[in-house]
Amino acid sequence: MTPAAILRTTVIVGAVAALEIACRTGAIPPTMVVAPSAMLAGAIEALGDPEFWRHFGVTVEAVAIAMALAIVGGFCVGFALTRIPPLRRAVSPFLASYYSIPHIAFYPLLIVVFGLGRTPLIVLATLFAMVAMILATMAGLDRVPSVLARTARVHRLSLASEIWRVRLPAAAPHILSGLKLAVAYSFIGVIAGEFIMSTEGIGHEIAYAYDNFNNRRMYALILIVLALVTTFNMTVFAWERRMLKRRGL
Amino acid sequence: MLAEVAPPPPQAGAAEAVHARLRGVTRVYPGRSGGPDVHALGPIDLDLKQGEFFSVVGPSGCGKSTLLDVLAGLAPPTEGTVEFEGNRIAGDVPDGVGVVFQEDASFPWLSVEDNVAFGLRRAGVEAGETRRRVDFAIGFMGLRDFRNAYPSQLSGGMRQRVCIARTLVMQPRLILLDEPFGALDQQTRLLMGDELLRLWRETGATVMLITHALDEANLLSDRIGVMSARPGRFIEIVETGWDRERDSSLAERAEFGAVTSRLWTLLRGESLRAMGQGAEAPVGGAR
Repeated sequence: MTPAAILRTTVIVGAVAALEIACRTGAIPPTMVVAPSAMLAGAIEALGDPEFWRHFGVTVEAVAIAMALAIVGGFCVGFALTRIPPLRRAVSPFLASYYSIPHIAFYPLLIVVFGLGRTPLIVLATLFAMVAMILATMAGLDRVPSVLARTARVHRLSLASEIWRVRLPAAAPHILSGLKLAVAYSFIGVIAGEFIMSTEGIGHEIAYAYDNFNNRRMYALILIVLALVTTFNMTVFAWERRMLKRRGL
Repeated sequence: MLAEVAPPPPQAGAAEAVHARLRGVTRVYPGRSGGPDVHALGPIDLDLKQGEFFSVVGPSGCGKSTLLDVLAGLAPPTEGTVEFEGNRIAGDVPDGVGVVFQEDASFPWLSVEDNVAFGLRRAGVEAGETRRRVDFAIGFMGLRDFRNAYPSQLSGGMRQRVCIARTLVMQPRLILLDEPFGALDQQTRLLMGDELLRLWRETGATVMLITHALDEANLLSDRIGVMSARPGRFIEIVETGWDRERDSSLAERAEFGAVTSRLWTLLRGESLRAMGQGAEAPVGGAR
């Protein structure tokens, strides 16, 4: 274990232990936060509940669709913008200020446009996640060394082959950063949307538990969401680390 | 043995055949932000003979690399014509031309073996034939112990060898080298020069080397084209007269120093002109 990993683990274990003690001694009342052991017990309980899995499936499906749309769409748009400089110059100011917009405020509008159901949620999450992917794709493609593109020409690659075999792998470290953000934003978009106006999904379940003062279930569900997102990000992170190490970065 | 990966050496009597021909080639870049156009190159007339080692030297910014780009088909000439094996080059790299760049062009996400096999796989060469050519090229370039390594684990010189091996497996008949050893230290340059000579002799390919190192051009070349300051034109083409079987020990001979000295005499005025010191130097065409 590296010193950084030891420090990280110590901080997490220490914080959880401190919270456990504070909750058990009554320093923090259960109406505010429940003890980590109670969160864990609640999470295990939830995992055995078929209704939880129905909500979980609904959320994961929406996140997966939003993520796929954001990643594929973001890459395509980012790629197109690098190939059409006038268009890029025209939209760059919007892209740069995009994340200063409170996207969730547009959720009611999306419901008006797309109706009730999962579609406005997926659209919201996709819009939230896609621009991170667009920006990362452009940054990655901008930094592909010109000598690699020239090498592709020397090997007489078609444009598609040049993109797939040379530009995309060369830009991969940047694109992967965008992908990590797109994953996180997809989760945020869907779960935040479910909080506001939905009759199903993990976000709705958390909000429902909150409205009914069921802190034990609320924190249990938050713990499950945290575990899910962390596992997903750690997987991408491990993949990224292996790739960067191979490249000596 | 090298015939396994290389095109057949030129036949007797073919040595004087023209392999690539440039006629009246110029390259003009449009001015930026409404500024005047930049006349980077030419007019250039040049015949590259089949199987010769031709080097180009000239002051910085004289258009040496532009010349290579035009000959490779990476950039179209503004005026004039470029032919390779009798066929006009029109904006695309023709089959049979390999290019090694000064910058590290190895793909960092691929192992040495996959880097070397890259072009063969993209060209759809059969797997057994690919393996055979790759094995040979890796051995020839002294990379056998590093075939599974990634470029980040190699020195600059070894990465350049990977790029040369990747070019070699494609069996190019014309190899264009754009200052391939520019980023290497002097000792490595000398050794790489010997390897390049061995490669040239055994493949029988025609080689054009762009370099700013006069000793390197002298050692490696049959002929050396000396270019003027921008817009680059050949002010003289120097024939070295070296044997085909030569290596870096050639540098010990008195005639070697004389050729280098001749190159510097030709270049000095042009280099000063390129640096904006106004030396007057004759500019003329040569073939």
